[in-house]
Amino acid sequence: MDARKEEILRRSGVNVRKCMKCGKCSGTCPAYDEMEYHPHEFVAMVEKGEIDALMQSPSLFKCLSCMACIERCPRDVAPGKLVEAIRLEVIRQQGMNHLKADAIPALLDDDLPQQALMTAFRKYSK
Amino acid sequence: MQRIGVFVCHCGTNIAATVDVRAVAEALQHEPGVVISTEYQYMCSEAGQNLIKDAIRDHALTGIVICSCSPRMHEATFRKTAAAAGLNPYMVEIANIREQVSWIHKDIPAATEKAIVLGRAAIAKVHLNAPLKAGESPVVKRALVIGGGIAGIQTALDIADAGFEVDIVEKEPTIGGKMTQLDKTFPTLDCAACILTPKMVDCAQHEKINIYSYSEVSEVKGFVGNFRVTIKKKARYVDELKCTGCGLCTEKCPQKKVPNAFNLGLDNRRAVYIPFAQAVPKVATIDADYCTMLKTGKCGVCAKVCTAGAIDYQQKDTFVEREYGAIVVATGFNPIKLDAYEEYAYSQSKDVITSLELERLMNAAGPNGGTLLRPSDKTHPHTIVFVQCVGSRCDDSKGKSYCSKICCMYTAKHAMLIREKYPDTEVYVFYIDVRTPGKNFDEFYRRAVEEYGVHYIKGMVGKVLPEPDGTLTVRASDLLSNEQLRIKADLVVLAAAIEPDKSARPLATMLTASMDTNDFFTEAHPKLRPVESPTAGIFLSGACQGPKDIPETVSQAGAAAAKVIGLLAKDKLTCNPCVAKSDELLCNGCSSCEKVCPYGAITYVDKEFRGPNRTTLLRRVASVNEAVCQGCGACTVACPSGAMDLKGFTNSQIMAEVDAICK
Amino acid sequence: MKYSYYPGCTLKNKAKALDRYARLSAEALGITLEEIAEWQCCGGAYTAAGDEIATKLPSVRALKAAEAEGQDLVTLCSACHNVIKRVRNDLMTNEEFAAKVNRYMADEAPFAGQTKVVHFLELLRDTVGFDTLKARVVHPYTGKKIAAYYGCLLLRPGKVLAMDDPENPKIMEDFIRAIGGEPVIYPYRNECCGAYITLEDKASALQKSAEIMASASGFGADYVITACPLCLYNLNAASCESAGVLYFTELLAKALGVDEKGEE
Repeated sequence: MDARKEEILRRSGVNVRKCMKCGKCSGTCPAYDEMEYHPHEFVAMVEKGEIDALMQSPSLFKCLSCMACIERCPRDVAPGKLVEAIRLEVIRQQGMNHLKADAIPALLDDDLPQQALMTAFRKYSK
Repeated sequence: MQRIGVFVCHCGTNIAATVDVRAVAEALQHEPGVVISTEYQYMCSEAGQNLIKDAIRDHALTGIVICSCSPRMHEATFRKTAAAAGLNPYMVEIANIREQVSWIHKDIPAATEKAIVLGRAAIAKVHLNAPLKAGESPVVKRALVIGGGIAGIQTALDIADAGFEVDIVEKEPTIGGKMTQLDKTFPTLDCAACILTPKMVDCAQHEKINIYSYSEVSEVKGFVGNFRVTIKKKARYVDELKCTGCGLCTEKCPQKKVPNAFNLGLDNRRAVYIPFAQAVPKVATIDADYCTMLKTGKCGVCAKVCTAGAIDYQQKDTFVEREYGAIVVATGFNPIKLDAYEEYAYSQSKDVITSLELERLMNAAGPNGGTLLRPSDKTHPHTIVFVQCVGSRCDDSKGKSYCSKICCMYTAKHAMLIREKYPDTEVYVFYIDVRTPGKNFDEFYRRAVEEYGVHYIKGMVGKVLPEPDGTLTVRASDLLSNEQLRIKADLVVLAAAIEPDKSARPLATMLTASMDTNDFFTEAHPKLRPVESPTAGIFLSGACQGPKDIPETVSQAGAAAAKVIGLLAKDKLTCNPCVAKSDELLCNGCSSCEKVCPYGAITYVDKEFRGPNRTTLLRRVASVNEAVCQGCGACTVACPSGAMDLKGFTNSQIMAEVDAICK
Repeated sequence: MKYSYYPGCTLKNKAKALDRYARLSAEALGITLEEIAEWQCCGGAYTAAGDEIATKLPSVRALKAAEAEGQDLVTLCSACHNVIKRVRNDLMTNEEFAAKVNRYMADEAPFAGQTKVVHFLELLRDTVGFDTLKARVVHPYTGKKIAAYYGCLLLRPGKVLAMDDPENPKIMEDFIRAIGGEPVIYPYRNECCGAYITLEDKASALQKSAEIMASASGFGADYVITACPLCLYNLNAASCESAGVLYFTELLAKALGVDEKGEE
């Protein structure tokens, strides 16, 4: 198995072979329309080892981490955990932070809760 | 010293390709007691068996060892061979050099060495074998069928038609089971009632069939040929013999707000009820949970209106004990509860229903007289979405791991019937796979698509969202067009997984019949003995063994009946002589064996023994009922004093085998 | 009854109301919330990745601080609750993770598992009891239709959070009944508000929140209540005139008649 795929599987704890390709994850995903690759495609593409394509996809930053796909998957596959594991693979690289500190001031407004910033930093940056 | 013959089988290339059979025969030739050792291509063939018979006679053999396939396969064959040549059949031992050697090893020298060792162990055992004689037990020529659905009905009719008495025990007030709730049946779309109710009537009128309705099995004792079963007849507060089924009480009962279980709670019935017009027996039953008279002592309307004087508020549960030669389990199935799948909003919207509820909604005898109306506002639904595999094919943490098998076909049926009757209604079916093996099944599904224009969409529904305007937004995947769909539906139908009836588990315990982790009864062999439980005398009919549709259920019901008839046709049964035996002089009366025996074959008796100086001692010792013992050997392991032994598999025989292997 | 309390960053800043009303209400109900000393930010989001250690340490420290006091740990913000409860679950079920964490914090005693993570709503349901709460209400929300908005973090993953049925919850509906209101059941109550995507893509978050608000008001809601500052922010951006978005603790404090106390 290719090392990167192995690393993604290990980090996410997801067993992609359990997927029965029912598409329920993509049927329930609230960010579906914004995503290039949809939750069921993450599972299928990781299984095929197509990690590079996923790493380059803006879909990584469209996932809302809402866990709907994880909760509702009948096979307990947890596609959302794959999205996260691949996103970490990207942002852990030098200079690959999706959200940079310089960009923050422009994003703030009077009501924006600190929680939003913290969460975004967790999801987008290392 | 025994005179032993060794016969090594090639099994074509099954064994000979991996095991040097000639080397095995030559090596075993030199074992003590072996007077002849030979090999042959197919030992089980007629020529092979004749070779064995001739050797028994020519060499005056007292024991034989066959190195071949598993004893499950051909032990019985070779025992017959030995008996035909005048040798006691229990002087035959099998060394399994196929399943345990050739099929699992690749290295020829290692496999050959292992085959020799297993042959040596079998020889060591034969040295200690003693001729055994099987006893006999009589057969009670009556069968019990537990469950009166289509499976039980068909089994009972077939057994009765062969001339044997059959009792049906049904826990509901009427026989008929799930099929009575169905509207039409696939793949020919006959009306379920039209093909079922005549069979129900046949059961009622058959002189060999006796129906215990509203009854349950409460205790089972005995063994194949001689079961003693206690049946609990639940109090229905109506005298079955007096009630004429006129139904007057069910019209006059003032308690009108009882959820009608027959219509799955889609409408109400009275506290005294006859489930449906064609019920068998057509006798009223009082629902004690709702009857005002039984709860408060005030009412009595049904008793006043009953002209037959059949109402009896004092009735109690009664018990009858009956004897049977065979028992057929036909306890059937139920759709699962949908609590774990609330994303489909089953409990949050009346217009999200199960497929069985749809059957009632479409049935002429159902709550809407056969007009399909939404439960919430009784309007005609224009868009209907079917969701497949709800709770089936799931990870163990999420639902049933198996395919429920019947859903694809009944959904195609529902979709087609709706499109036929209401062409203005759009029907969507979300599927993961469409599974339609079976005669004329795929053609049936294709008709739904091609002739009736049902929209089959590959993908799963993610969530059903009830909207303020009363519609249901169905959010789902369309995997083939890679889209997330939102369909505005009026009605959503869930194909709920099916599971064995809850009564099956306690029944299996009573019968000592084995079940799988899903509570389906296990068959003695999945391919070759599909309608028999591993427990002798217990047979399986219908969905209690696994999900199945009506055609398959009826086939299996007939097969189970044939097996029962085969058993009841015998006057006596040959017992297994390899049963437990207690050495009373060693037994210390501790009851360990009695506690572990899964068949209840061991009891304790007080017995007189001669003591020293002409005294008499009274001691408590184990006694084995050889007709009940199945020879499992649990007691021999549990016995702390070494008193318990298994004939044919004695402790000394097992130790001799181990010694031979470790030599 | 004394509990350790973890407020979290947002409750010290943009969501002071969520915190203040909770403290006032707790006091009125005879519950003492002791803010743990020197707590650190939970990070806002739990990272499921098996190789994440450092991001979970603030939660471990909070758990240990509560355990040192021999108390359960009360959380209020949905995000903090989600993170700390899941980290606790990791400590209890993942030996490798627990061992790594303990090596990381070698100078401190390991978490023994005595402290449970309790959301303020669970406190109301399981310790105070909704019946008791109902009896204490002085200004009931009679005739008000109130929609509970759970979002994602209070409920999922259902097996770990174990607060309620993740697809058909009732804890907030029961809370609404206890304060005299009429709960509005609507299907978007556990659908995502758009969360942190609002930083990058306001339109996307707005679209999701708008669906939620439209559904709630479509079913006649006068208020939408939440336990999450980010949900409140997103829903507010989409709120229409018919339904306002409020923290559930504000309604609680008003129902108990303690909302005027301690006004800053």
